[in-house]
Amino acid sequence: MSHPEPGAPLGRLEGQLKVTGAARYAAEYTPRGTAYAWPVPATIARGTVTAVHDTDALAMPGALAVLSHHNAPRVTPADDPVLSVLQNAHVPHRGWYVALAIAESLEAARGMAAALHIDYAADEHDVVLTEGHARLYEPELANGGHPARREHGDFDAAYASAAVRVDATYTMAAQHNHPMEPHASTAEWDGDRLTVYDSNQGSTKVRDALATLFELRPEQVTVVSEHVGGGFGSKGTPRPQVVLAAMAARQLRRPVKLALPRNQLAAVVGHRAPTVQRLRIGADRKGGISALGHEIITHTSTVREFVEQAATPSRTMYTAPNSRTTHQVAALDVPTPSWMRAPGEASGMYALESAMDELAVALGMDPVELRVRNDPAIEPDTGKPFSSRHLVECLREGARRFGWEERDPRPRSRREGSLLIGTGVASATYPVLVSPSMAEACTVPGGGYRVRVNATDIGTGARTVLAQVAADALGVPVDHVLIDIGRSDLPAAPLAGGSSGTASWGWAVHHACRRLRALVMEAGGAETPTTTLRAFADTSGEADAESPYARHAFGAHFAEVAVDADTGETRVRRLLGVYAAGRILNSRTGHSQFIGGMVMGLGMALLEGSTMDPSFGDFAERDLASYHVPTCADTPAMEAHWIDEDDRHLNPMGSKGIGEIGIVGTAAAIGNAVHHATGVRLRELPMTPDKVLAHLN
Amino acid sequence: MRPFGYVRADDVETAIATVATEPDARFLGGGTNLVDLMKLGVERPGLLVDVSRLPLTGIDPVGDGKLRIGANVRNSDLAAHPLIRARYPVLSQALLAGASGQLRNAATTGGNLLQRTRCLYFQDVSKPCNKRAPGSGCPAREGIHRDLAVLGHSEHCVATNPSDLAVALAALDASVVLRGPDGERTVAATAFHRLPADLPERDTVIAHDELLTAVELPAPPPGRSAYRKARDRASYAFALASVAAVLDVQGGTVREVRLAFGGLAHKPWRATVAEQALLGAPATEESFRHAADAELAAARPLRDNGFKVPLARNLAVRVLASLADANHMPQLGS
Repeated sequence: MSHPEPGAPLGRLEGQLKVTGAARYAAEYTPRGTAYAWPVPATIARGTVTAVHDTDALAMPGALAVLSHHNAPRVTPADDPVLSVLQNAHVPHRGWYVALAIAESLEAARGMAAALHIDYAADEHDVVLTEGHARLYEPELANGGHPARREHGDFDAAYASAAVRVDATYTMAAQHNHPMEPHASTAEWDGDRLTVYDSNQGSTKVRDALATLFELRPEQVTVVSEHVGGGFGSKGTPRPQVVLAAMAARQLRRPVKLALPRNQLAAVVGHRAPTVQRLRIGADRKGGISALGHEIITHTSTVREFVEQAATPSRTMYTAPNSRTTHQVAALDVPTPSWMRAPGEASGMYALESAMDELAVALGMDPVELRVRNDPAIEPDTGKPFSSRHLVECLREGARRFGWEERDPRPRSRREGSLLIGTGVASATYPVLVSPSMAEACTVPGGGYRVRVNATDIGTGARTVLAQVAADALGVPVDHVLIDIGRSDLPAAPLAGGSSGTASWGWAVHHACRRLRALVMEAGGAETPTTTLRAFADTSGEADAESPYARHAFGAHFAEVAVDADTGETRVRRLLGVYAAGRILNSRTGHSQFIGGMVMGLGMALLEGSTMDPSFGDFAERDLASYHVPTCADTPAMEAHWIDEDDRHLNPMGSKGIGEIGIVGTAAAIGNAVHHATGVRLRELPMTPDKVLAHLN
Repeated sequence: MRPFGYVRADDVETAIATVATEPDARFLGGGTNLVDLMKLGVERPGLLVDVSRLPLTGIDPVGDGKLRIGANVRNSDLAAHPLIRARYPVLSQALLAGASGQLRNAATTGGNLLQRTRCLYFQDVSKPCNKRAPGSGCPAREGIHRDLAVLGHSEHCVATNPSDLAVALAALDASVVLRGPDGERTVAATAFHRLPADLPERDTVIAHDELLTAVELPAPPPGRSAYRKARDRASYAFALASVAAVLDVQGGTVREVRLAFGGLAHKPWRATVAEQALLGAPATEESFRHAADAELAAARPLRDNGFKVPLARNLAVRVLASLADANHMPQLGS
């Protein structure tokens, strides 16, 4: 464990703690006197709570309290209104929390919740997104601050006059993040000081939200998130459980623990919003794209506007002198959507890369060559040069490794008994995002170094990679570095999200460690100085400076599928990804990130979908028996490779984010392979047997 | 919490006597279904009588080529048993197609047959369901029902039985041994599960005070047998449709055939119409297709589950054709 070189396949520093069960997650802290809470979701899709009858619940053994809008502590609204729970009688969607039962035990709290009688005045509800929905409007901005509409040239004229045209509409059901560890918090007050153990992707942000809500100074709040069992975006923002736990703990003057039940998550921790995406591409007969239209509709809730930025990848991917990319959204009586792994890119690249395949078929052109043909020299939307762009190299390297040239391009040309075999390709992209962070490094009496930064390791290997970054900057073996992350009283840091964590935290860690090394040198160069030397870094103004470059990671996905012509069952046989994502800082955890994204993309393609129940206004699949994620049996041969990129316009480590790009393009590659196998173009995810079979018989 | 009692039964008689005197008592086997439903508030027993340690664990020949399987034999053990693998491959394959390795290690033979039918509305106590709350209505008919029944459903219930084991037992003409306070009775596997009709709260014909103690398999029928299950993912998913089949072909003619469908109805669906059509018919794909269509003519699909009809037909044709082809091993996965 003394690799000083970056990129070394260092194993996770906390791996042993995790596999032995010693690593503690938010719900595993039990301060003395802890009480247990169970939340109560609304059972109407829109309306008002008219009465909360808690007599039976409070009469139960172990009952402590029932919180509702009648008696819950008032909070000051934070910037996210989903956190203003139990503040009024309004029910904006089914599953919105209307009460909290608190008891001496988990079982008693759950029993109380079941015994609560809540009266409602229900209003009419509207929960189904449709094309032409009366509530659709064009927002100003989509998620990520992207303008909802961009136009270049004259799309209509160019499309109308194009020699070859594709006009296709792609539909995706909502999807849910479903991390293994549900959202959980244990909250404890000591006078006016609040400590919460919380499962999230960034505890600095959770601390700040709690400070606002409970009118505290940030330093009065400590949020501990030492180990987090996945988030995939659903823990990127504070969630209601942390507010409810803190409220209850304040009301009861004792610690309160709250772990959200799996079957409530679908309504309260966000989802990837459903989208309907219309793609229109016009090209000349050699495949040169002249017109690109990407127009999407999606839903949000009445609580908060969140607009899935699905049309944005069409602003980056291919040369298109005439383009139109637009977003429309309808605010329905549905749970509030939010981030799910690669928001925007995952949905948008499914549609764009499927349409590119349709264009290749229409042109009789190899789909790899079509993409190469339209690879732009500058970013089409901004006109900026790319800091680095090796999409073509990813496509070529992937094609070589996959054996693409042996492919017979004719659909339905390969059959093994009842199985139709096909292969498909799609590109991937994800923006380079980075935020300012602080970090501190100091010498440790007796030898070694300690690095402090409020990074969050959501299972990615962040802790391990940051230790490598620190060791590299200090010029010492990695086992000389102690790393402290996952507490809001460490130097403030942004969240693990947007594939930006390692870049953001690592930048500050790098600077702090370089400064410390200089101090050590000034002090004589001994690694064990007699006094503690300390260095601090804050990358504000530097990490968030406007770049003159368009900065994105790129990749290429290749898939081989077998579609059973008798049953419509589609199974992936091979999935291969090649990525150009700057420098890979740890080849082992990096590989896991890529593979993990690809597995999730496989789920998105074939399995994952949340069905809005029109009568009740909730998502039908609310457990892991009905919301299918891939099993090991679904993922037989997975390969991830990368191309070394030397990009000086990123950050001191030369890295791009890798947490999300693995999912982007995977669904399109699989869908394109299904078309190649069957000759059928499915334009709806997930491609479950019922949908596939309908076209095969 | 909602308190409930728990006792571990020491012998079969005491277990039955205990449940007989407590109207809200339930037998507990592996707990893989009952405990889940208790957590959801769907099942609300006052007393659990744990029968999982009773010595009902034998897999024993009982004369005439019959085999008696104790109710507490775990699904994993039954699937792996040499006699089952050699003589009843359809049964071993059906078990291995169900659930996950962990669940099969916990689930018992008796418990598997007594697991409740599945429907998202049944599991959600905040919604109406005639099975859970008789008379409250069935939102599944117009709601989310892709996975639900196309055969034998009623206006009261469209739920499906999820057991793979039960489909194989239906095809094998197995019987179920039920022990009550007044003795033992034997019920044909095909008559053990019931259609919802106007009593959707009853999944089976077992009485409150009866304990399922064993399953009896008759001597293996002549011919070959196989199970094939279509599902959303390659492992750990309930059947969209499944087929258990036994086929004996002599000189190109069907001499004997047993066919049962899973995933289509409130009970395993023994395809007697198809069997009648096939007896004495040439063992060809055309015959198999004709027979399957004849059986499925009774299907009454709902808005979103019509795909199950061609799916079940294709599965039946596939499995029968592979069994008819002595040189062709049935394709069990895709």
